[in-house]
Amino acid sequence: MPNSNDAASTVIDPVYVTESLIAENIDAYLDQHQHKTMLRFITCGSVDDGKSTLIGRLLYDSKMIFEDQLDALAADSKKSGTQGQEIDFALLVDGLAAEREQGITIDVAYRFFNTEKRKFIVADTPGHEQYTRNMVTGASTADLAVILIDARKGVLTQTKRHSYLAHLIGITNLVLAVNKMDLVDYSQDVFDRIVTEYTGFAKSIGIEAFVAMPISGFKGDNIISASPNTPWYTGPNLIEHLETVEVNSAIDAGRPFRMPVQWVNRPNLDFRGFSGLVATGSVKTGDAIRVLPSGKTSTVSRITTLDGDLDLAQAGQSVTICFDTEIDCSRGDIIALAENPPQVADQFETTLVWMADEPLHVGRAYWLKLGTQTVSATVHAPKYAVSVNTMEHIAVKTLELNAIGVAQIVTDKPIVFEAYSDSRTLGGFILIDKITNATVAAGMLNFSLRRAQNVHWQATDIGREAHAGLKNQKAAVLWFTGLSGSGKSTIANLVEKKLHRMNRHTFLLDGDNVRHGLNKDLGFTEADRIENIRRVGEVAKLMADAGLIVITAFISPFQADRDMVRSMLPGGEFIEVFVDTPLAVAESRDVKGLYKKARSGELKNFTGIDSPYEVPVHPEIRIDTTNLTPEAAAALIVDTLLGDA
Amino acid sequence: MTDLGGKTSQTILTHLQRLEAEAIHIMREVVAEATNPVMLYSVGKDSAVMLHLARKAFYPSPPPFPLLHVDTTWKFKDMYALRERMAAESGMELLVYQNPEAQERGINPFDHGALHTDMWKTEGLKQALDKYGFDAAFGGARRDEEKSRAKERIFSFRTASHGWDPKNQRPELWNIYNARKNKGESIRVFPISNWTELDIWQYIHLNDVPIVPLYFAAVRPTFEWEGGLFMADDLPRLEKVLGYRPEITDRSIRFRTLGCFPLTGAVESTAATLTDVIQETLLTTTSERQGRVIDKDAGGAGMEVKKQQGYF
Repeated sequence: MPNSNDAASTVIDPVYVTESLIAENIDAYLDQHQHKTMLRFITCGSVDDGKSTLIGRLLYDSKMIFEDQLDALAADSKKSGTQGQEIDFALLVDGLAAEREQGITIDVAYRFFNTEKRKFIVADTPGHEQYTRNMVTGASTADLAVILIDARKGVLTQTKRHSYLAHLIGITNLVLAVNKMDLVDYSQDVFDRIVTEYTGFAKSIGIEAFVAMPISGFKGDNIISASPNTPWYTGPNLIEHLETVEVNSAIDAGRPFRMPVQWVNRPNLDFRGFSGLVATGSVKTGDAIRVLPSGKTSTVSRITTLDGDLDLAQAGQSVTICFDTEIDCSRGDIIALAENPPQVADQFETTLVWMADEPLHVGRAYWLKLGTQTVSATVHAPKYAVSVNTMEHIAVKTLELNAIGVAQIVTDKPIVFEAYSDSRTLGGFILIDKITNATVAAGMLNFSLRRAQNVHWQATDIGREAHAGLKNQKAAVLWFTGLSGSGKSTIANLVEKKLHRMNRHTFLLDGDNVRHGLNKDLGFTEADRIENIRRVGEVAKLMADAGLIVITAFISPFQADRDMVRSMLPGGEFIEVFVDTPLAVAESRDVKGLYKKARSGELKNFTGIDSPYEVPVHPEIRIDTTNLTPEAAAALIVDTLLGDA
Repeated sequence: MTDLGGKTSQTILTHLQRLEAEAIHIMREVVAEATNPVMLYSVGKDSAVMLHLARKAFYPSPPPFPLLHVDTTWKFKDMYALRERMAAESGMELLVYQNPEAQERGINPFDHGALHTDMWKTEGLKQALDKYGFDAAFGGARRDEEKSRAKERIFSFRTASHGWDPKNQRPELWNIYNARKNKGESIRVFPISNWTELDIWQYIHLNDVPIVPLYFAAVRPTFEWEGGLFMADDLPRLEKVLGYRPEITDRSIRFRTLGCFPLTGAVESTAATLTDVIQETLLTTTSERQGRVIDKDAGGAGMEVKKQQGYF
C-alpha cells in the first residue's frame, strides 16, 4: 500500500473533541455523557467490502482503543494483517480465534463507541449467504443499517441481499456507504452510477428512502468530517448522520400503550404489581387499562420504582405497575390502554427466517415465544420462499437453514399480537424446537387469519340471528372479485337493485368509494392492498352481523386475503363471486383509462400488468362475462343466493 | 435515574436509561423462566452496578435469588467488608464458596500462578454451581472488555461440564431470550453486556452506588513484585507465602480493577473522588484488564480459551 503515513495522519479529528473537556471540566463532560441518546446499528457487507476496517476505524477515531490494545494490534498487524505494514483495523474487530485464522467474521459481534451526542452499539455481522441468520439476528435490534459497497465492484448480489434483509426486519434508516473511494480516485461518476443503480433496486423491493455517501474506511474519508477528496459530495458524513437520525424508541413512544407482563411482584399482601418493559406508548396513573387476552379492565394506581413512584411510564422503561382493583394478570398477559387494545388471534400469516440446520417440519409443534407469551404452534406448508439474492418467490415444501419464507402459523391458544410493522415486540417471535430447545426460527407476524373465539367480545343480548330475523332474511356477503374493468361494480349494482326491489336489506361496498374514506390512508403496495381487504372484510362482517346482505366489489387479487375474509364469517355466509373476464377483454374496455396508464408505467402495482391476480380456486359463483350479459349475471347471482337461503 | 426527567412527561430516553431498562428486563426474564437462579458477586464495580440493577428490577421485593461469591481467600479486606454490607442492605442471602481442594493444597497466587485462578475461580465456580444446583447465573461481564466477550450472547449456555461452545450459540433476536435448557445445561446471563466502562462509572456516579474504597486513591502500603506494583493488604500472610518480607513503601495508589490482591496491580494516583477517578480513567490510555494478569497467557486468544474451559 502506498501512502502509509496518510492513513495515520487522518486520525486527528474535529468531532471527538471531548478529550480536552475530560481534562478541563470533568463535570461538564459527565453531564454531556449523561444526556446522550443511544443508536444501535448494523453494518452489512462482506469481508472484502472493508466492513471490519470501517468499524475498527470508528473505534479508533473515537478513542475507544487503548494504548495496550493498539500495541497488540500493531504487533498482530505485522503477523497476520492484510494491510502490509499499516495498522489493520479489521484485526481489532474479528474476535474469535477461528475467525482470525480464516480472516472472516463468522458470528455477530457487538462494538461500542461514543461521540458527543450519542452512544453507539454496532452489530458486526458476516455477509455471506450462509450467514443470513446472523445478519437477521444483528438487525433485529438495530435502528439503522449501513450497507457497504466496494466502489470498484458496485451493486452486487450481496448488496441486494443485505438490503432486502434489513428491509425485511423493518429497518427504515438505510445508509448506502460506497466504500474504498480512494481506490477509484474519488470519482463522482463511479459514485453516481452506483447510487442510480441502487435506487432502482431499492424501489423495486419497497425501500422508501436511503442516504448514500462516498467513504473510505481505510483512509477515513467522510467518516467524521467532510473529505477534501470528495468536494462534489455535499451530504452528511457518516458520524454526523448517525448522530442525528431518529431512533426506534422515539417511534415506539408514539404508538398506543402496550406492556407485556414479565413477572408479578408480590412482596407482601399489601402490594401487588406487574413488572415489564413498556413496548410502545405511555401510561399515566389514573389511566384506564385493559389486560389481554382476558379483556378485564382496571385503573393504574401506581407506577413504582426504587427511586420513587412515577406519574408516567413510557416505551423503553422497565417499570412495575399497580392497579386499583384486583384483577387476574400474570406473565404473558399484555397491559394496554382500555380504549385501544391490541388484537388477539390464533392463526397468522407470518414471515419466517429459518435458523437451524434441521429444516422446518411442517405440522410439527414448536414453542412460539412472542414477548413474554410462550405457546405451542404449528407451521403450515410455506406459501413460498423468497430467494435472498433475487427476491423471487420460490415454491418450496419446507424451509432450510437461512431460508426466508411466508407460512401460516396456528397456535394452540390465542395470543395477543400486533403486526410486526407496528410493533417489533408484539409482532416478532422465535420458534423453539421442543426436543433440542434450540432457537430454530425468527418470525414476523404479518396479519391474523382468523379472529380467535371468545376474546374480549362485549356480549350483546340481540344476536346476529335476531338482527337478520327481523329483516326476514339470512345475512350473507357476496364477495365480487376480478380484474379492474371486469364488470364487478356494474353487476354488483344490478344485484343490489334486484334485491332491493325484493324488499331485501342490502348494502354495497364499492372499492373506489371505500378508498375515498375508510381506506384513504392506503396505497397500492401489496401490504396496503392486503390491509384494504382486511378492513373491508371487517366492515362486511359487522354489516352481516347486523343482518344485512353485503355486496362488495373489490379486485381483491390475492387468494389468501379472500380466504381471510371467508374465515371471519360463519360457514356459508361468504359467497365468492368470480367475475371472470380475460385480461385482454378488460383491457380493451378500459373504462377508466387505467390500463393505458399502467402500460405506460405511470401507474405501478396494477393488477394484471405488474401485479398478479390469483384466480379463485373454488368460487361459489363464476360469471363468464364473455357469455353472459350483466343482467343475466345479476339474475344468476340472485337466484343462487336466495335459492340457498 | 429518575433525576434525568421523564417522570411526568415523555422524553427521549438517554443511553443509560435504555441500558438500565434492558438489564432489568433481562433479570426479570431469568427470574420468570429459570428454576434456581443466582447472582455471581465479585464485589467489583461491575458487580456493584449489577446488584443495584437487581434491586431496582424487583423493588419493592428483594431480588428473588441469592448472591454467590466464589472466594479465593485472597481478596482485599475492603472487599470482604463491602460484601457483607451489601448483602445486608439488599436483604439477599449471601453464599460464599471456597474450593476445599485449593484450600487444602494451599494454592496461592505467588507459588501457583495460573493454577491459582484455575483452582479457586474456574473450578470453584463450577463446584459451587453444581453444589447448589443453580441453573442460571448472572455475571457482570461486558462486551467491551475483551474481544471474545464481544461475541458472547446475553444468555450464554454451558454444557453439563460448564464448557462454552462459541460456534454453537443460539441466535438472540430482538429482546426475546430462549431460556430453555437441556438436561445438565446451565446458563450464564450477562445483563450488562452492552455497558461500557464509562457507562458503569457514570451509573455509579448518578445512582450513588456503593463501591469498594480501593477504587479511590489513598496512601497505602505497597511493594513491587515481578515488575508490578501491589498492595500489602495482609503483610504477615504475604511474608509467609513469599518466604521473605517484601520491602514496603507507602504510596498514593488506587485500583482500576479488583481481584485477588496479589494478582491485581495498583496504579499510582491521587484521584480520591469519584469524578477524579472517572477523569483519570477516561484520560488513561491503558485498557482496563491490563492490570490483571489473567488475560495475557495463552497469547491473543487467552480469554476465549479460558472460557471454553469454564471460566466465567
